[in-house]
Amino acid sequence: MQNHPVYTDNDPQTEHSTLNLGPTHPATHGVFQNVLEMDGERIVSGVSTIGYIHRAFEKIAEHRPFYQITPLTDRLNYCSSPINNMGWHMTVEKLLGITTPKRVDYMRIIIMELARIADHIVCNSILGVDTGALTGFTYMMQYREAIYEVYEEICGSRLTTNIGRIGGFERNFNDIAFRKIRKVLTDFNYGLKEFESLFNRNRIFVDRTRGVAAVTAEDALSYSWSGPILRATGVDYDVRAMEPYSSYEDFDFEVPVGDNGDVYARFLVRNEEMWQSMRLIEQALVKIEKEPSDIFHADVPAFYLPPKEEVYNNMEALIYHFKIVMGEVETPTAEVYHAVEGANGELGFYLVNDGGRSPYRLHFRRPSFINYQMYAPMSRGMLLSDAIINMSSLNVIAGELDA
Amino acid sequence: MGKIANEVLLQALGEKFPGQITELNQDYGLLTVETGREQISDVLAYLKNDPELKFIFLTDITAIHYPELEKAVGVIYHLHSLTTNTRIRVKVFLSADDVHIPTATTLWEGANWMERETYDFFGVIFDGHPDLRRILNVDDMTVFPMRKEFPLEDPNRIDKKDYFFGR
Repeated sequence: MQNHPVYTDNDPQTEHSTLNLGPTHPATHGVFQNVLEMDGERIVSGVSTIGYIHRAFEKIAEHRPFYQITPLTDRLNYCSSPINNMGWHMTVEKLLGITTPKRVDYMRIIIMELARIADHIVCNSILGVDTGALTGFTYMMQYREAIYEVYEEICGSRLTTNIGRIGGFERNFNDIAFRKIRKVLTDFNYGLKEFESLFNRNRIFVDRTRGVAAVTAEDALSYSWSGPILRATGVDYDVRAMEPYSSYEDFDFEVPVGDNGDVYARFLVRNEEMWQSMRLIEQALVKIEKEPSDIFHADVPAFYLPPKEEVYNNMEALIYHFKIVMGEVETPTAEVYHAVEGANGELGFYLVNDGGRSPYRLHFRRPSFINYQMYAPMSRGMLLSDAIINMSSLNVIAGELDA
Repeated sequence: MGKIANEVLLQALGEKFPGQITELNQDYGLLTVETGREQISDVLAYLKNDPELKFIFLTDITAIHYPELEKAVGVIYHLHSLTTNTRIRVKVFLSADDVHIPTATTLWEGANWMERETYDFFGVIFDGHPDLRRILNVDDMTVFPMRKEFPLEDPNRIDKKDYFFGR
């Protein structure tokens, strides 16, 4: 009568089935493909295929002057592009031996920590959506919007920000920007409390995430994990604390760690990091008051483009403008590795310079790429629905994964 | 524990591998050493397992191409000792017609994709790698695009000739 086989509990399925999760599955939040071998609801094995949005940034960077590489870094982790921008500027500044004024460092910290908050908002509220709690997401998006408005006030764009220049910022923060930053802090202070009370001790959420995809610290280190997901396993490795850049050493903040590296621990670590980011921004706003308010870039005329009106009216500015745009500026022959704490982990820039206007070789150490490779091995034996929330708590961003 | 001084690190490596470690530079305080592919596995294992050094964190593996050099392809390892907060960079140079090097996946699981990426873009063959396939580029690609001889744009394109742009 029936042509298709019917499986009951007494008649276990003997064959494994193949499931294509992605590349455009709504639950994967990006272009990720995993070919899973399924035994019912359980994953037997999986193979990740990546590279769907590979754009050859490293090759393009070899043909671009330093200041034109910033827009490429925007498109790595596009949920927190200011961190990538700043990381790149600081790499070039390290290469050239530029020291930035303290005020620039503090401005950078404000922007980077806002970006970290925006990134963690997306990750944690999407984790809620994937576990079936849409409410948190709908409430949290307004704070990301408020942060994007700060970006907009400072640099004019929202997602791919291209904030800052080598040596500092393209323009000073205006009063509206400061007002908006303060408003983000007061509003989000309330918003994050609300979000935490919605999730942290929510029985359904805790049952759904506690113990899911738990990772030991040894495994995490062996897979070179970094960022919140490494800290969730109990390893307190944070680039901001270990190798402070941009004057992070002047600040008082804590590095939150989790216990067993499961989805719930990652969620809590990210939440706590948002609190710490707010602390950092508050401190930076106080510190910035004590610095001269007209300084927003280092005095490096050979690398920092002069204002346009000066180019037209001032001989020296015109010369520097010409030299920068035509790539006539000398740079040291050296190699430099600079790492910043991106929202997903250690974002490293390995730059080999041969004295020219563009890098001889530029390599991005992309945390998403390195964090994601444990995904298929760790999914073995996991339920499909757990694998979905595991992926959202890894916060793999396709742009950073594929570069 | 504090940062290990580069001299101490260099001396330790020199004693363990006499004559096989060359210092390249200490740009911006990061020690860069060169070694050969015969001992790279031992060097990495020593750096990782030595109780004093403990370079347990493999930050990155990548490569670089110098077409004019006799040994044209360099494989670059960045290691990080989390307990002492010290970084080291290890380089191995290979000639372009014999780009074989032992894998580091025996030491770090995370080396798997890093080596696949390096193979994908530079054609470095990591002997003993469990699954050495292309990772970001399409599987049927025949070239290694990050090598310097590979042009950024397809030279056969006719829609981007300079005279279209008044050059």
